[in-house]
Parts: sequence; structure tokens; C-alpha cells
Amino acid sequence: MSSISDYRKLEESITIDAQPHPEHTELLTLNIGPHHPATHGVLRLIATLEGEVVRDIKPVIGYVHTGIEKTAEQKSYWKVIPVIERMDYLSYYFNAMAFCGAVESLLGLEIPPRAQYLRVIHMELNRIMSHLVWLGTSALDLGAMSMFWYCFRERETILDLFEMSSGQRMHTRYFQVGGVFEDIPVGFAAKLQAFLDEMPSRADQYADLLEKNEILLARLRDVCPLDAETLLSLQTTGPLLRAAGVPWDLRKTDPYSSYDHFEFKIPVGTVGDNYDRFRVRHAELYESTKIIQQALDGLPEGPYISDDRKVVLPPRHELATSMEALIHHFKLVTEGFRVPEGEVYFPIESPRGELGCFVRSDGSAKPARVHMRDPSFVNLQTTAPMVRGSYIADLIASLAMIDPVLGGVDR
Amino acid sequence: MAERLADVEVGPAEAHAKLAQLKADGFSFLASLHGLDYYPHEPRLGVHYELLNMATVARVAVKTRVSTDDPRIASVTDLWPGADFPERECYDMFGVVFEGHPDLRRILMPEDYEGFPQRRDFPVGGEPVLFTFNEKSYGKNR
Amino acid sequence: MEITRSEVPSEFRSRQLNARDMLRGDMEDAELQKYVEQAVVTTTVDRAVAWAQGNSIYPLTFGLACCAIEMMSIVAARVDIARFGFEAFRASPRQADLIILSGRVSIKMAPVVRRIYDQMLEPKFAISMGACCSSMGVFNNYALVPSDKFMPIDVHVPGCPPRPEALAHGILKLRDKIQSNEREGWRERYDAVGTEEILVPRAANG
Repeated sequence: MSSISDYRKLEESITIDAQPHPEHTELLTLNIGPHHPATHGVLRLIATLEGEVVRDIKPVIGYVHTGIEKTAEQKSYWKVIPVIERMDYLSYYFNAMAFCGAVESLLGLEIPPRAQYLRVIHMELNRIMSHLVWLGTSALDLGAMSMFWYCFRERETILDLFEMSSGQRMHTRYFQVGGVFEDIPVGFAAKLQAFLDEMPSRADQYADLLEKNEILLARLRDVCPLDAETLLSLQTTGPLLRAAGVPWDLRKTDPYSSYDHFEFKIPVGTVGDNYDRFRVRHAELYESTKIIQQALDGLPEGPYISDDRKVVLPPRHELATSMEALIHHFKLVTEGFRVPEGEVYFPIESPRGELGCFVRSDGSAKPARVHMRDPSFVNLQTTAPMVRGSYIADLIASLAMIDPVLGGVDR
Repeated sequence: MAERLADVEVGPAEAHAKLAQLKADGFSFLASLHGLDYYPHEPRLGVHYELLNMATVARVAVKTRVSTDDPRIASVTDLWPGADFPERECYDMFGVVFEGHPDLRRILMPEDYEGFPQRRDFPVGGEPVLFTFNEKSYGKNR
Repeated sequence: MEITRSEVPSEFRSRQLNARDMLRGDMEDAELQKYVEQAVVTTTVDRAVAWAQGNSIYPLTFGLACCAIEMMSIVAARVDIARFGFEAFRASPRQADLIILSGRVSIKMAPVVRRIYDQMLEPKFAISMGACCSSMGVFNNYALVPSDKFMPIDVHVPGCPPRPEALAHGILKLRDKIQSNEREGWRERYDAVGTEEILVPRAANG
């Protein structure tokens, strides 16, 4: 028995820096990816290792570059929405919101309150869905495989709701310039309420499965912390920044689409290690549920899209009776609406951070430049400072906690 | 609520100094760095810096323009290390050379790609759509 | 040797074109003979092996973009491909025999995809999932490559992204294709016989 406790004492006294290992003065360059089960998408990491310890890391991206911004310049504003939605493929409503918000501010268009509340409902559902996919795949990376099935069970319920309101599970092109495409059908509210009733208990289930698990705690607690100053100098936003203790959330500081009508808290961490990042995102599940509940309870009556016929299609029953409606419809479908000249930057809070859309219009029916400031692209720069000096296993865990979505990184 | 201050337009030589001054004034967060092509107006290439003052929640945009003959501008990676990737993307897509950048090479396109894709005179590219009249001959003459 | 006729699967493009030509009376002698031979199954042992192969496909974890999320959904509980035995996704191409190209293939990624496909062992199959890799999809521009240009694809699944049920349907069609054909390696399916690399053993010394 005494020999075992001596071994434990010896084990505890070893730290990474304390042992100068004569055989490990050589650095090994290892290529991780782009095809790798644990990088979230096609991310290539060139890791410089000393033994098992990561000394430097260089992310190489561009393997999913789709030229979305260039394609968006060729299409009229209405047709850009499906193209721009496919950028950050887990938060498609946010991509559409950023673009529609930018175009609406260029046009000076008023969004009816019902449309704003519907947008909030769908965006928060998308936030929950994105966090669920993150939770499932991160737990898969860490080895807790059964979380994947639990999270995707909830995700299927959310996708059923999306299919009810817009007909598509993913990339729904539900948000239009001026509001939303269609009103929610009968039965949506009931199904949404059923989902909201069970979601907090499901989130409790996830916490019960993971939080007391020693292996998970050992892999996440005090692993790869980054303080707020470094994160701010690297322009990080979103749950990464909030885990380090900075309560910065654009839904509170710079509200858009009537987020200031709702009462919700912002989960903030203390240390900024992987465990805080995990807890912040998990707590956001509860907060998003609260927001959707308030939006559903207070959903105002009214039109679901603006009635400015120069921008928004007239309802189909008007086409049979009104000549102007027919002409507007024709103009909008063939050429599209023209946006006055100007440049605007519209930032929103996506599940990964500040998602901004820059639109430059030259007065014609097609945008002259659409640029999406994607949070994952900027947040990926934190990989290198985060994992220097830790093990490869911690690298995998940290990458999971950064939650990069390579569609947004590469656009 | 966010206050949007008026855009600041500067020449490429003064951009770095202006940004350093704004950073000292409180605009310590660079929200976005992006480029655009004002073709056919000269100077063609624009570089925009979106700054954010987190204390007062104010945003301001600093805009510069460079021409394609001399597309050089000072890099702001010394002020904000997180401008690394956005400047590389601007170089990759538009050809703007950021002097002082630690590692300016292509980030989204393959390293040996020629051309700057998001310039307005770069063709969009793509594949022809297959119909029954051209499906048999597709691929034969490539 | 027992010669039996079986149903000709008519879903695939080349077979469609062949059928159309035959109906118009345009098919030549050699082509007509090959067409008839393809419809004939030669031995029952081959059929049994093909049946076993079709029921034990190991897909490769190859998610590129949005379609990858729907591919993860078929492993999840609602559309469960474990019902068919295909839930064993393998990360190493040496151990997988089905590559599901889920997402857009950019020009930077195309050589990587080809390399991984080359590393897979025969018999191997490829499914092009979604509109982007089948035919450029929503983005017809400089940055993408349709997967047909650099590797042979067996099944194209349309959709943007295809529903998990649609992808499961595509995988089952592939299973049918494997089970009704005898052991046709991809080189015979795509007229690439003669492109095999043959390693010559080094001459023994001393």
C-alpha cells in the first residue's frame, strides 16, 4: 500500500515544465486534418509538438471556401438570402437576420412587431439548436458518446418546428427583407409550448449526465484558460468572451428586433477555461427558452411582413383584383427591389459571437458588396494562444469548446 | 443603445495613425476589417475598419481607399493582433498588401492561386448546366 | 452454370441512357450484348457475397458542410441507419468502404478528397450527397468543383440539404446496386480497367 501512495506522490509532483526531457528537445510537426473526425469540419491544424505537448499550432483554412460573397453580388437582394444563409450552416436564421437587417436599415424599412417577435422566436430556437449540436459533437470528441443521441433528439423537435413554419428543416429562407415569409400555422404555438415545457428538464438531463463526471471535469476544468485581455485583443466575442468574465452580449447592449422587450440573463464565467465555456453555453439553453416563452406569450397580432409594396411581394389574392399589385409583383420578381446607395454594417449576436453583415449598395437591384463578419473566423485566432503548452488531448477539447463552424470561417 | 458616429474617411498613409488615435480614445475593439472593390471608381480598393467602444457602446467606421497600382497599406496587427486573419483574407480576395503583417499569404484560396477573386472584374466562374442537348458532349472537349 | 435473369435496376444515369438508346433502336451490337450481359447474374455464390457486402457497408466520417449535419442526423435516433447496419462510421479511409461526400467540395479540398478516395480499399463506393457536390448547387462559381469531375460517384442524392430520409433512401439504393451486381469493382463500372498500380516485388538478394 505504501508503494502505491509513493507513486501517487511522484505523479502529482510532475508538471509539464518541471521535467526537462533530454529526448524531447526535438520538435515534431504533425498535420491534423483537414479530414479528421475531431475537427469540427474541414479544419487543418499544423501542430508543432514536443513529445505530447503542443508548442505551436497553425490553423489552415479555406477547404470549404464557397465564394458566397462573390455569388451574392450576382443575385438580386431577395435571392441573396438563400445564398447567405448557407454560410454558417448551424445558425442560418442569424445569417439571414444580419443580411435582412442590413438591407432594411439601408432601405429605412419598418418591421411590424409581429414579424420581430417571430424572428426572435426562430432565432432563439436556432440558438438552442446550434448549442445542442455543439454539445453533442463536443461530448463525442471527449468520448461521452451517448450525449450525441440525446442532443439530436431535441434537435429533431426543433427542426419539426422549423418545418412547420417554413417547410424546410435547414436553410429555410424564412426571414425576408421586411419581415418573415409566412405567418406561423395553426398548431405551431401548441407544439412550441410543448417543446418549451420539456426543454428545461432536458437541459437538466444533459447537466446530470455530464457535470458530475470525473473524466469530463478533469478534461475541462482549468484546461487552456485564456484571460479576457488576450481575448479582447484577438477580437473574440460570444460565449468565449463571456466565459472569461466579460458580460458582452449584443442582444443586451445593442438590441435589435425587439430584444429589449424580453427579460433574460447573460451567463458569464469566471476563469475562462474550458469548463466555463461549457457551462456558459449550457446555461444559454435555459435563457433562450425563457426568451421564446416570453415572445410566444406576448406575440402581437398584425401583419407578418411590411406592407411596402416596393420591397415586399403583395399577397397573392390581390393579384387578381389590383393592377398595381400585379405590376409590383412583376417588378419584384423579375428585377427585384432597388436599394438606395449606401454602406451599412449590421451586427447581431449569433451563437458563436458577433455576426456582422456589411452591405454596400450602388443603387441597383443587386448588392455591390456583401461581407459577413463571421465570429468563428475571428475566434479561430484564439486557438494558438489557448493550447500552447498543453497536451494534444487538451487541444481537441479546446477546439470543441471554441465551437468553430467552418462554413462561416471559410464562407 | 449603440450610437453610430459618422464615418471617418482617411487616406491610406494616415489610416494607421488615425486608428491608433481612436484606439487610445476608447475604441479598443476592432469589430471588423474588410475590403471591397469600388470598380469602376478609382481608387478601386477600399479597406474598412469597424471600431467599437465597449464602454459607451459606440461604433465608428474608418474607411480608406487604395488603388490597384499601389495597393499597400500599413497593417494594424500591432494594435490589434486579431486583425491577422481578416487582413490575410483581404489580401487573398482583393490583393491589398498589408505592410508589417507577420505572415501575409493566402488564407482561403489555395496558396498557388493566381488572381484576386472578389475583385469586380474577376469572373464568377462555374460549370455549364447540363441539359439533354449537351449532356453527351459534356466533358469530351475539356 | 445456371443462368437466371434478374430485374435491371433502372435508376442510374448510364443505364437510363442505355435504355433510352435501346428503345429507340440506336444500340449497336457490342453495346447491346453488354447491356444484356449486365442484366444476367451468373452464380449464386457471387450473389450471396454481394448480398453480404451490401448489408455491411462502413461509411467514412466525411462531413464537409451543411449536409454533414443531416448526415449526423441519420445516425441519430429518428432516422436510424443502425436499422440497416450502417451505423459503424469509420474515421480511417483504410477501414471504410463508402465515402459520403456531404457538402460543397472547394478547389482546395478536391485533391484531399481524391487522396482519401484513393486510400480506400476495393470494393469502394461513393455517394454524392446534396446539390453542391453533385452539380455545384446554389453556388455556381469559381470556388467549387462538382465531384463527378475528379472521382467516380455511384449515387447522387439531391437536396439542399437532403432530408435524412432522402439520404437513407440513397444509401439503400446503393445497397440494392451492390446486391444486384456481381463483384464489379469500380474500375469495371467506369471503364477504368488498366489503371491499376501493380507493385513488382523486389528481387531477392543473395
